[in-house]
Amino acid sequence: MHLLVTLILQRIGLGVVTLFGISLMIFFAMEILPGDLAQETLGQSATPEAVAALRAELGLDQPAITRFFQWFSGILHGDLGTSLANKRDISELLVSRFKNTLALASYSAVIAVPVAVTLGLLAALYRGSIFDRTVNVLSLSAVSLPEFFIAYLLIFFLSAKFGLFPSISNVSADTSFSEYMHRAFLPALTMALVVTAHMMRMTRAAIINLLASPYIAMARLKGASPMRIILIHALPNALAPIINVVSLNLAYLITGVVLVEIVFVYPGLGQLIVDSVSKRDIPVVQATCLVFATVYITLNLTADVLSIATNPRLMHRK
Amino acid sequence: MWEEFKKAPLSAWFGMLMILCYLVLMVFADLIAPYSETEVVSFQYAPWSSEFLLGTDNLGRDMLSRLIFAARNTVGIAILTTILAFTLGGALGLLAATIGGWLDQILSRLVEMLMGVPALILALLLLTVFGTGVVSLICVIAVIDATRVYRLTRSVAMNVVVMEFVDAARLRGERMGWIMRREILPNIMPPLVAEFGLRFCFVFLTISALSFLGLGVQPPTADWGSMVRDNATLISFGDITPLLPAAAIGLLTISINFIVDWMLHRTSGLKD
Amino acid sequence: MENLLSIKDLKIEGLSDGKWSEIVHGISLDVKPGEVVGLIGESGAGKSTIGLAAMGYTRDGCRISGGSVNFDGKELTKIDRKPHQDLLGRRIAYVAQSAAASFNPAHKIIDQYTEGPAIHKVMARKQAQLEAIELFETLQLPNPATIGFRYPHQVSGGQLQRAITAMAMSCKPDLIIFDEPTTALDVTTQIEVLAAIRDVVTMLNTAAIYITHDLAVVAQMADRIKVLRRGHEVEEAETKTMLNAPKEEYTKSLWAVRAFKTPAKPKITEGAYPILSVQNVTAAYGTEIVLDDVSFDIHKGRTVAVVGESGSGKSTTAKVITGLLPQKHGKVLYEGALLEASFKTRNQHHLKNIQMIFQMADTALNPRQTIGEIIQRPIEFYLHLSPKAAKERACDILNELELEPSQYLHRSPSELSGGQKQRVGIGRALAAEPQLIICDEVTSALDQLVAEGILKLLDKVQQTFGLSYMFITHDLETVRAISDEVVIMQRGKVVEQGATTSIFSPPNHPYTDLLLSSVPKMNPDWLTQLLKQRAQSTAG
Repeated sequence: MHLLVTLILQRIGLGVVTLFGISLMIFFAMEILPGDLAQETLGQSATPEAVAALRAELGLDQPAITRFFQWFSGILHGDLGTSLANKRDISELLVSRFKNTLALASYSAVIAVPVAVTLGLLAALYRGSIFDRTVNVLSLSAVSLPEFFIAYLLIFFLSAKFGLFPSISNVSADTSFSEYMHRAFLPALTMALVVTAHMMRMTRAAIINLLASPYIAMARLKGASPMRIILIHALPNALAPIINVVSLNLAYLITGVVLVEIVFVYPGLGQLIVDSVSKRDIPVVQATCLVFATVYITLNLTADVLSIATNPRLMHRK
Repeated sequence: MWEEFKKAPLSAWFGMLMILCYLVLMVFADLIAPYSETEVVSFQYAPWSSEFLLGTDNLGRDMLSRLIFAARNTVGIAILTTILAFTLGGALGLLAATIGGWLDQILSRLVEMLMGVPALILALLLLTVFGTGVVSLICVIAVIDATRVYRLTRSVAMNVVVMEFVDAARLRGERMGWIMRREILPNIMPPLVAEFGLRFCFVFLTISALSFLGLGVQPPTADWGSMVRDNATLISFGDITPLLPAAAIGLLTISINFIVDWMLHRTSGLKD
Repeated sequence: MENLLSIKDLKIEGLSDGKWSEIVHGISLDVKPGEVVGLIGESGAGKSTIGLAAMGYTRDGCRISGGSVNFDGKELTKIDRKPHQDLLGRRIAYVAQSAAASFNPAHKIIDQYTEGPAIHKVMARKQAQLEAIELFETLQLPNPATIGFRYPHQVSGGQLQRAITAMAMSCKPDLIIFDEPTTALDVTTQIEVLAAIRDVVTMLNTAAIYITHDLAVVAQMADRIKVLRRGHEVEEAETKTMLNAPKEEYTKSLWAVRAFKTPAKPKITEGAYPILSVQNVTAAYGTEIVLDDVSFDIHKGRTVAVVGESGSGKSTTAKVITGLLPQKHGKVLYEGALLEASFKTRNQHHLKNIQMIFQMADTALNPRQTIGEIIQRPIEFYLHLSPKAAKERACDILNELELEPSQYLHRSPSELSGGQKQRVGIGRALAAEPQLIICDEVTSALDQLVAEGILKLLDKVQQTFGLSYMFITHDLETVRAISDEVVIMQRGKVVEQGATTSIFSPPNHPYTDLLLSSVPKMNPDWLTQLLKQRAQSTAG
């Protein structure tokens, strides 16, 4: 078989195995809990009979391995179980929230990716200039700040002082597109700021690394113009590192969402998981974790596959 | 040594000065703070005044005093966690790189799995299991962070393990422990020291984030993350007081990053 | 005739530790049209820097601080970007040492070839492609019609080096800078590339600057030779004059390097046990067989050279003997006793008595230990001496190595030159008081003069301590200088073995002859004669 296909299939296989491992971990982490779900739900004062009854109802009297495979096959069929707190179907609960989170992440990615890649390229090209140094200090600061600080700063100025955007992004399924853009602007901007800084720094490093290659010097010595060097000689080779940087940061966006959703009371997955942790609603925590991990691994996998696919050494075999 | 310092950029100098200030606050918190950490001294949300320089919080405790005590609590916890993470991750990474084989395989697969879940989400999951106390907070974050330290230590050590002086020591018949301690460890220290700064920032930010979510440091202990959360309502009224603890977090991480940036720049010897 | 290139009093500065310091101190160089000038010198002579400066170009971290570079009436130190760009590639071209790194991995070879002609509007891409195929044929590249349509990583090193030469010729430039174009190649491949370069240079009557550290190579290529040392000119003369009657001491010492020869040793007594006996050893990395049925003996007090090109398995043989790579089949005997396959299970007696000196002294010495620590450790470890006695012993060894103990004991390896580091490597091996030392390409990373010093030192300690050496090298000059017996390897097999004197007098196995005849000689007509001979023998 073609080496490229083999490599890509290998990566995907590894991703699936990792994901299975993670679901094992997520499931059995809960088994470490002192007592079990039934005890947890009913509290210490419950009578042993009541606990036993609930245990039977929840299927807890069966061995852990059996329960894991029941849980796991349920997931494969799209059944994530029921919430302890409100007895609702978790899949239903997750779907709308997941959509919201994806929408918010995409919103900030649309802002961040073009800005970051352009800034990173410019900083690499004009390395050592005032522009480069300013961008360096600013991005380093943005990377260091806690997300909630940036979020509250934005609220303080853009909402409290000037009243341009709402500080609470109250969105639902029937919010119109333009209304959504307005209401979700502050959370999207917050994440975009943090991610842009990361992405820009990584792009810059990747490009600088590339420009030091002997083949770039060779292109100069052939009399190629600076524009030609960037477009024809550097860019095809920069694709893989840039793709890597972007997908890494998109993965970061997905998790960065937790804090931002809390600050702006945005109805997404992040808020759900934090709520469920405080309520100790374990099935929901497990399910949400799994969703986050799946998205995270899928993004990393996409980056891997794309960088394999854009590597000329692997594209064109000996 | 001094020559190197004199050449440090403005940003690094700023960083060092700030860290000195934080250290002073941590050590002399009792002397500097005007009130105690947990005492209710006034009504809720008192404005800035000569009596309460930065006003009071949601329970009527002095904001400035709590800010100062929080330096000790939050930074202390973060340092302890980072040290734990480095001991665990560093030792395992060194072992995996030197011994290799099945040990390396098992550890690396395990770490890969732990890293397959985003750090904050994994922290939330584990805190649900182990409950929200300072001890479990430190352990959970240390384990999560140790995975990152493991990865770095392993890859840096791998580069050293393939060097011929390690072969020479092996062929001499040296024990594994001697090789790790005398041949490899001294050569991987410089990048690990720089990484310590970065990992500290990460740990510190994660703990602050968890505290902000109400799942980290628990009341009544003063902590910057939870102080932001407790007083956040004031911001929508145009009061910047709740931003101060957040700024305290940011200033420290920025300072460390400035120094690390300078250190990396210097050791890499690159011109960029 | 008018000069094509005229460099006057060129000064170049380099940035180190944040300070600019001069690395080329006022060099002048003239090149006439169609003339080939050789620049020769050891590492740090500044020859590559000068070569690039001849194009008006400096590496990052270097700058031209004085003098002038005049190319056909244009001053390249002050030229604007546009006219400079117009000259580069079209009228002055560059051939780099590593073609593999200098080809862009993302584009086909032919597209990189035609880039020059296309951007300089010398000819249309189609036309350039046709010429490329012709040129590839002249350079004897296999499948000239299709090889250009491959990506760089799909082509071998020697072929790439010829392709990059072709690329430099694409615009028919007036001047080409060759920067060590054959240094990274094996001797048998080097011949092909040298011949190719010379052919195209003569064919197109191009002027060239040929940069190398190898005298015999430059003798084949250049009309005139300039010798450089540490950024200064030593002397300059026509090739024949320079080879036959060098004026300066430094040049003479360079020329004399090849004269060293260890005195012949008495014959091996009949029936004596060899100290090491490799018997029918087969070894593999995974499933790939890298050593196939290798056998040879090393006798006490003698030097056996294991010779071969890259991929011949010579270093793997060392790994098997030291136990780093346990063999699949066969056995290794030490003083008649079986050596355990892996070093992990060997006893201290065996570990102590077989020591190794590595090729790269840079990576063979721990940069975080002092010279004293490095040499004392084996003494304490094997001989169990007290720290004080061990230190005295280390001082004796340093004296033996001609390194003053009081000066070197507390230094770290980074403060030492390449040759000094290699001496410390020898010292570490001696400290164990071994019987057999395996020397893996110990001189190949060093300049010739320094390398000769190391060979003399090895010879001296061999006689003092009665050591046996297994000497792994690709360099036949080194073999001739130091070895008593030779083992010639090719693709994991022993092709031939015997006494040095008999190996160096043909006829031998065809591969041995090919290897021997491929080593450049100081005679400027060597290449021409050799190519003629080979052409005749293939025709006949």
